[in-house]
Amino acid sequence: MAGEPTGLLHAGGTASLPGAGNTWIDSLREAGARRFTGLGLPTRKVEDWKYTDLRALSGSAWDLPVEPADLANIEDDASAVLINGCWMRGHRPLPDGVELVSLARAIEDGDDVVRHHLGSVASLARKHFVALNTAWLADGLVLKVADGVTIDGPLRITLAGAPGAQRLAWHPRNLIVLGREASLTLVMHHVGTGDYLANLVEEVVLERGARLRHYRVQDDSPDAVNVSTTEVKVAGDATYENFVLATGAGVGRNQIAVELAEPGASVRLDGACLGRHRQQLDTTTVIDHAAPRCTSREAYRYILDDSAKGIFQGRVTVRKHAGGTDSHQSSKTLLLSGKAGIDAKPELEIYADDVSCGHGATVGEIDQDALFYMRSRGIPLEEARDLLIAAFIEGAVETITSPEVQALIRDHALAWRTRA
Amino acid sequence: MAIVQETIDTVREATGAYKHGFVTDIETERAPEGLSEDTIRFISAKKEEPDWLLQWRLKAYRHWLTMKEPVWAKVGYAPIDYQASSYYAAPKSAADGPTSLDEIDPELLETYAKLGIPLKEQEVLSGVRNVAVDAVFDSVSVATTFRERLEKDGILFCSISDAVREHPELVRKYLGSVVPATDNFFATLNSAVFTDGSFCYIPPGTRCPMELSTYFRINASQTGQFERTLVIADKGSYVSYLEGCTAPQRDENQLHAAVVELVALDDAEIKYSTVQNWYPGDEEGRGGIYNFVTKRGLCEKRARISWTQVETGSAITWKYPSCVLKGDDSVGEFYSVAITNNRQQADTGTKMLHVGKNTRSRVIAKGVSAGHSQSTYRGRIRINPMAHGSRNYTQCDSLLIGDECAAHTVPYIEARNQSAQVEHEATTSKVSEDQIFYCRQRGIPEEEALTLIINGFCREVLQELPMEFAVEAQKLVGISLEGSVG
Amino acid sequence: MEKNAAMTLLSVENLRVAVEGEEILKGINLSIGTGEVHAIMGPNGSGKSTLSHVLAGRDGYQVTEGRVLYKGEDLLAMEPEERAQAGLFLAFQYPVEIPGVPTVSFLKHAMNSVRKAKGLNTLDAFEFKKIMDARLADLQIDNSMVRRPLNAGFSGGEKKRMEILQMALLEPELTILDETDSGLDIDALKVVADGVNAMRSPDRTTLVITHYQRLLNHIVPDRVHVLAGGRIVRSGDPSLALELEESGYGDMVTAA
Repeated sequence: MAGEPTGLLHAGGTASLPGAGNTWIDSLREAGARRFTGLGLPTRKVEDWKYTDLRALSGSAWDLPVEPADLANIEDDASAVLINGCWMRGHRPLPDGVELVSLARAIEDGDDVVRHHLGSVASLARKHFVALNTAWLADGLVLKVADGVTIDGPLRITLAGAPGAQRLAWHPRNLIVLGREASLTLVMHHVGTGDYLANLVEEVVLERGARLRHYRVQDDSPDAVNVSTTEVKVAGDATYENFVLATGAGVGRNQIAVELAEPGASVRLDGACLGRHRQQLDTTTVIDHAAPRCTSREAYRYILDDSAKGIFQGRVTVRKHAGGTDSHQSSKTLLLSGKAGIDAKPELEIYADDVSCGHGATVGEIDQDALFYMRSRGIPLEEARDLLIAAFIEGAVETITSPEVQALIRDHALAWRTRA
Repeated sequence: MAIVQETIDTVREATGAYKHGFVTDIETERAPEGLSEDTIRFISAKKEEPDWLLQWRLKAYRHWLTMKEPVWAKVGYAPIDYQASSYYAAPKSAADGPTSLDEIDPELLETYAKLGIPLKEQEVLSGVRNVAVDAVFDSVSVATTFRERLEKDGILFCSISDAVREHPELVRKYLGSVVPATDNFFATLNSAVFTDGSFCYIPPGTRCPMELSTYFRINASQTGQFERTLVIADKGSYVSYLEGCTAPQRDENQLHAAVVELVALDDAEIKYSTVQNWYPGDEEGRGGIYNFVTKRGLCEKRARISWTQVETGSAITWKYPSCVLKGDDSVGEFYSVAITNNRQQADTGTKMLHVGKNTRSRVIAKGVSAGHSQSTYRGRIRINPMAHGSRNYTQCDSLLIGDECAAHTVPYIEARNQSAQVEHEATTSKVSEDQIFYCRQRGIPEEEALTLIINGFCREVLQELPMEFAVEAQKLVGISLEGSVG
Repeated sequence: MEKNAAMTLLSVENLRVAVEGEEILKGINLSIGTGEVHAIMGPNGSGKSTLSHVLAGRDGYQVTEGRVLYKGEDLLAMEPEERAQAGLFLAFQYPVEIPGVPTVSFLKHAMNSVRKAKGLNTLDAFEFKKIMDARLADLQIDNSMVRRPLNAGFSGGEKKRMEILQMALLEPELTILDETDSGLDIDALKVVADGVNAMRSPDRTTLVITHYQRLLNHIVPDRVHVLAGGRIVRSGDPSLALELEESGYGDMVTAA
């Protein structure tokens, strides 16, 4: 049963974790453990979790990952590879001004940036999975881009899951810090086999004028639960762009929280969730307009087949004094099967008057008129459907501002149709 | 166009912000303070109810004791002491029950005249209004007009207490059929202690020849009002129903926990309009009515229920008039204007539950927040798996006046059918300075310009109201926003 | 026209105006007599719109120096609606849309506000409709336009006509046309010009603000002023407008 801490918290001791014995990291882990003990796994009585069913996490005992024996068969030329949440290797010479190391090493080295930021962006309050992640904080990556450095080509990172003897749960933590006027494009690819819980937490700090384009392809094992939490703090005139393509995991939840902390900050969150079988694909976003003259844009699309279920929860908060706020959000859903369903909860919470905010949500099936029109021009039914589905996907993909990544994600999304 | 001018005139004339704040000096019989099974037996005995109804009430009460007050709405208030209120208050003169309108206490007639509610039929006939009125004063119905006229068409329109006596079979069949006695904390409390309210039955194929109206007035202090309204439109019938409410200006908060149940059988149509103007409290948020109301309608095949509400009063509003679209091809509509000023809080919206095939719903909600007030739209659109071909359209717009108020939009959309179409749009913005300046450049003073613009913003909803109410509502818009500019 | 005998209606004296600390108008002097038509021409960014907005009383402008007398009274001390009620009418460059407010209600409301201020009786719906219908006919505006919400979804041309209709109804003493010609095709331009010309009389005064000379072919001014860099750099008779058409603003902007 969900609602109790479950074996997730007691899978092993913390004494052997990196940096153990240092007060700052020990107390951070203890705070996480205490918080998770208090919260437990979320049930559907928790408002933020009312639509997502986590029963997949109940039952059996959990192991923390040990290093997989055979790494040779993972071929990847990514800049970094994490397997089961553990840093495996970095690849290639990195561009000047970019630093990419394992979190475990950075903790052991007592890296100042890590000590300063770790746990400062992702708060523990009411965040069950952040608390759990913090309790087991061990590895992941630290990515720093120096002031004024612009990296055009995308930096690629692979997060792979490999089965163990028991169900595995891993809790990687990534810390990404872009200095002033720095710019980076980042693609993260989640893959895996077997039955596991991937509980990733990322903390992103964008200093003044920085721009991060942060893309994620979530193609986890169909038996896995992936809960990815991305918490972002955006300084003045900085821009954060995020796109998630979710096709994998039995239960996949992307939770993104962005604080527009200073005037002129902007964010765009987009994505596509393509679900089938009994998948649950959940996007839960919180955008906090904490300063004047910030902009936010959000657009998510869902295509749901078989008995798949989509969940979209998007909250936009405009705090008092955050005048000149401009925010718009949309979610669109295409239901391909009579058993598929969507729950959408766009939400506006506004405490300032000089705002222009809006959201829209639509749910529907494939446009029957368009289908008929195409068929009457000689296009077979299945092809016509594929064309319309592709057009719907395109509506999401076209928001990606990196042409290279746009092509990559489009290919991946279109391939979804033809896969089992 | 006459309407707009009238609005402006009213705003100008109005000196006090709340016009209905007077108290009628009338002898009142009331139940002792507090709530227990004895209180319920007292109420039931006063109303000479049959045992089944007493048992129904007691069951509801026992269930209520196990329930917790809901906390999910974005409203804040000090805990309510349910033992500090009196659950029954009636004008003494009504104790024996007036047998005709001529026997009504003149004080009461005067009260309603002051409120612009005609209780003397001849007054109505000479005027333009063609409305039958059931007037509820504190816990009892004091008068119902046009009963005989309506009975000629087989239409039953009376207080629910009379209906319990005279039409027990209808009441027993439908009471609690849409809002069960165990539905929610406030509805369950109402089921236990409801005192009076209106009852209406329209026979098959009948179009009700006049607007039916209930006018609620809280007068006594330290009482709650718990009225219960039941409207049944039998197959193929039509009725338009209006509801208005006011209360005296007092420093205390008074609880109003009403239940309204609508039943629209096959091909029937019910239009239910509310202009809610309970006392909102003063500028500092002292006093005012807690308006915690459950309203729900059930639509059978091809039936249509349309809720229109203009919510300007109450310290706290908590209400979600809803439709259960059970029958195929049935239609639910919700048109709402909620205006909050000073320290008012409103959490209001609707639920549209699509059960039958080809069901349709339409939601237009306009929220205006001014002063230090807080206004939330909360809505749920649920398309069940069997509701093939169902459609929903929702538009909710919020307007903010001043930077101390807040506006929230919390829609829940749950679609479980592939062929359903759901569309939701929401916007939040402030009254544009350009619009105000444009009006002023044409010679229209600032406060009038604001009223004009807000009335324009709300127009889509206001035009759904029956004519007499539309005028009333437009005036209210102006009055409720007084002092919110400058 | 008895130009020499004209009383001064509007007198702008050394007007300096800043927006968010930046000085836009740098000492404007302008005197317009009753019954005259003046044109102010100037390139983009010269301060034309600032001048019209300040005269109409829009927020967001800081008058740092100078004064404006209208009928001998301190115009800048008046509220926007008081200026309108005193007969000042601004035809907006970008008329705003006010959704949900029927145009006809708005017109009646505005007209009665102005009448009330003048001590005239207010018009009832019937009286108002008679007047409005006559003006609609004069201006060849279709009746359906006034039944729509004010300016909402109107085309550029429709919005400008609506401005002229309002002018015709409110019968102002001083009309300021703020780039009323921008975005109009030649037919719409004629409608606007005809509307203004029809109202020309010894007791009506007009200030035409425009970038282009073409409107002045239709509304022939008595005086033309060139506004550049926040100052009036030249004034002259209508031939000045033609000169500008030929040679452009280049020289005068440099002169500023």
